[in-house]
Amino acid sequence: MRLDRRQFDLTALTVLCATLLHATHFPFWLSLGLIAAIAARWLQRRRRPDWGKPPVLLRLPLTLALPIVVWLTYGNLFGLDPGSVFAVGMLVLKLGESETPRDARAVATFTSFVLMAALLFEQDMLTTLYVGLGVIPLLMLLRALEPSGHDVPQPVARELLRDGRAVALNLFAAVPLAVLVFLFLPRLAAPLWVTQGAPQGKTGLGDSMSPGNMSDLFLDDQPAFRVTFDAPVPPPAQRYWRGVVLWRYDGRTWSRAGGGPLDPGRQELRPLSPEIGYEITQEPGRQRWLFALDLPTSDAPGYSRDEDFTLAAARPIDKPLRYTLHSAPRYTLSGLNTLQRQRALRLPEGFNPRAVALGRQWAQQYAEPQQVVQAALDLIRAEFRYTLSPPPLGRHAMDDFLFETRAGYCEYFASAFAVLMRAAGIPTRVVMGYQGGYWNEAGSYMIVRQSDAHAWNEVWLDDRGWVRVDPTAAVSPDRIELGSGANAAFNRWYGSEWLLALRNRWDIANHWWTRLVVQFDEISQRGLLRGVGIDQAGWRELGIAFALGMGLLAALGLWWALRRERGDADLVDRAYAKLCAKLGRRGFARTPSEGPNDYLYRVLQQRPQARAALEPLFARYLQLRYASSDVDDTAAQDFARAVRRVDLAALHGS
Amino acid sequence: MSRLAALNASWLRLLAWAERRLPALTRLRAKEPLPIRLDRRRIYVVPTWFGLVFAAMLFVMSIGALNYYNNPALLLTAVLGSVCVLSMLIAFRALDGLSLERVQAGTCHAGDPLPLELVFAAGSRLRNGLRVEIGDVAAVFAALPDEPLRATLALPTQRRGLLAVPRICLWTRWPYGLFRAWSWLNPQIEALVYPRPEDTAVPLPQSGREAQRSVAQPLGEEFGALREYRARDPLRAIAWKASARHDRLLVREPEQLTGEDYVLDFDALPALDLEARIARLTRWVLMAEERRTPYTLLLPGQRLGPDLGSAHRQRCLRALALL
Repeated sequence: MRLDRRQFDLTALTVLCATLLHATHFPFWLSLGLIAAIAARWLQRRRRPDWGKPPVLLRLPLTLALPIVVWLTYGNLFGLDPGSVFAVGMLVLKLGESETPRDARAVATFTSFVLMAALLFEQDMLTTLYVGLGVIPLLMLLRALEPSGHDVPQPVARELLRDGRAVALNLFAAVPLAVLVFLFLPRLAAPLWVTQGAPQGKTGLGDSMSPGNMSDLFLDDQPAFRVTFDAPVPPPAQRYWRGVVLWRYDGRTWSRAGGGPLDPGRQELRPLSPEIGYEITQEPGRQRWLFALDLPTSDAPGYSRDEDFTLAAARPIDKPLRYTLHSAPRYTLSGLNTLQRQRALRLPEGFNPRAVALGRQWAQQYAEPQQVVQAALDLIRAEFRYTLSPPPLGRHAMDDFLFETRAGYCEYFASAFAVLMRAAGIPTRVVMGYQGGYWNEAGSYMIVRQSDAHAWNEVWLDDRGWVRVDPTAAVSPDRIELGSGANAAFNRWYGSEWLLALRNRWDIANHWWTRLVVQFDEISQRGLLRGVGIDQAGWRELGIAFALGMGLLAALGLWWALRRERGDADLVDRAYAKLCAKLGRRGFARTPSEGPNDYLYRVLQQRPQARAALEPLFARYLQLRYASSDVDDTAAQDFARAVRRVDLAALHGS
Repeated sequence: MSRLAALNASWLRLLAWAERRLPALTRLRAKEPLPIRLDRRRIYVVPTWFGLVFAAMLFVMSIGALNYYNNPALLLTAVLGSVCVLSMLIAFRALDGLSLERVQAGTCHAGDPLPLELVFAAGSRLRNGLRVEIGDVAAVFAALPDEPLRATLALPTQRRGLLAVPRICLWTRWPYGLFRAWSWLNPQIEALVYPRPEDTAVPLPQSGREAQRSVAQPLGEEFGALREYRARDPLRAIAWKASARHDRLLVREPEQLTGEDYVLDFDALPALDLEARIARLTRWVLMAEERRTPYTLLLPGQRLGPDLGSAHRQRCLRALALL
């Protein structure tokens, strides 16, 4: 048996959908090649169906070429990226030789795997939705492979529409069971095999900073994390989300020096304002940094807090992460040992001579470090310009920036400021993180986007400890007060109210998707029964709840499967059938051959006393059924009501 | 090879044993009178091979999703899984409530396929992808709501006589081919298979009785030569013009019953064995019908005719089939 045209078209469509879902993370030429292969096979099957499958001489080299191509592209056959190319390639090759229903079923089975693999790359709501849509052609294909028995062929469009609707309905009906299984399926305590984190295509803060490497971030509208507060939301000027602290400078790049873990004995953090508690849901990225409102007073359980209050996970954060923290927006932080002082003052030899000279000049000019800081801020405020596309810089990058171009964004300012301060003998470090955040009123949470990335400084003043200084605020106060949108002209398109509202709603949906679905884990599972008063459900309780749910769904399913339609009988017939059933229960079942008259006669022969009750009913039935061709609705309802109310007590006894 | 054959034989033995011991499972025990209504007690559902393979794939997917702690992937797997479960109920519903109302068997000669029409009452449900199977013969059909459902099968025949319609398997893999729901129908229906006519046409015997040979003359379309249409009259016998004139179906009487008729005597063929005699008599009956000459069939203890026409032919063939 050979696939007919519709069956083959659906097979090709199924494969195409799966390929498109993966195309975003394939190299461009590879996606194009795969789609071209599908199109070629489809055209061949349509134009020259008699050729059958392509000859082995064509298929075998392609099959052998696939692993070679994967190897050449990725240098590896295993792992997520090469594995997915391999899987999709195999799927397309299988389409190439698909001629029988058996082949098509193999394609459908494998496609479901490939669809799932697409979710290993992206877990957001949109991708999941696309994958869900990809299931529809798959099920339509399986449906088309079963002969339906309709001998009259329908127009293709109508058939597609009908099948599509049936499949969509089926998917919809499958949701309750799927959700139940999803909620209660025990999660693995530890992975069965070691998984490499999905390579996230997303950008994010790096672990080093050199002028220019943040510019991509400012264009990236993706959320970095979302925050819910249990206290009033801090004002914009306090929304400094501290990420990673950089100490080492090599003349161009700021990077992180290996500081030890936080030693509470040496570093003294004294909150000056009430602490704010909040919960952060962080999107996955390539780095392992956690973000905290400046400055965290507590640890995120399970994550390290370094001596410079950098919070870090042990591995790159490759799936959404939720953690609770406390911060004090105003604080004093004291305690600086000799080693740290040295590290916070070190400048590379032979770089930025003019900036170093200026710093030293200030050191002699001003008695107080605070005055030096003020001098630098004044200089920046007076002479500098904030721009997202600064001119390029030469070898002495900070010299060029400070004395020639004088235009840049936070990275430039933070870097130049640190160089000046260190030259002036003031211990300084650079902090990378995010500044700002959009308060989503409808969802009651704050969203911080990648475009909110920011860099600032912390300087050591002997009498005050570490003090946050943001040189960017000196040149562009709006950047701090209004957030990154204030100076990002490219974002203006969604300035209009309704687009903004739409965007916010969409973000709320994404937020809930991440919280409810993506992050659902064993801990959430144990909290499932909170609604019925069990705070920490054990496996026993969960098992019972699962069994109850399954029982309910099974009963629903069986009711639907076993239920008999009420025939096409109209109201009058149904009422008469009910009357006969009533009489039947009292020992006067109507035989199939008996008409109403005979039936009544027989009953009255044995129970003459029931005449008063039965005769008018039967008369009315005869009237309704035989006297006229169309039945008056009210008369029919009257009859049905009379049947419901008839008193057959007279039938008892003799 | 022999081992395979032995295995096959023991499997068949096991099946036979199961059919003997577990009649509820195979519905072989007794013939049932019509109508036969399918309900949950006699519909069975098992996964197909494809269903098992698909389930294995779902298992692999769920392990992968769990291992990567990937909830959307797990959700996808769960949705596909419950679609499978749902398809089992759909397959069941395609059969449930279906009722075999009538089996109309046509007639045929042994060796020809016997046309068998199964008429189901389908209720108010749309049922797709229903399949009927008797042995190797299969048909696919669908039921529209509130329409009687007819499935026609051509049943191979070998022997003359009454043919008990073998048990019928009614099954479906609708909608996705993951589950096979089936039920056995074993209706109490017998069909008549006429004997196979002899291949070579031996000339008809001359009538034993001397009769004046006169060519049978059709009487044309005079009203006197017409009669009312009766069921099973051949279509070509209908006098269309006269029918149109009189506003009812009229049939031309084929022949005047005059002239010579044939006597087809079973005992006059002593040289042949029973089946050969029957085959030859069958051929003669058909030939006589073709020539539109009345004939008498003499069988042991029976005398049919002289007569002519489809009713007579059926009577004769029936007698021959059951001899």
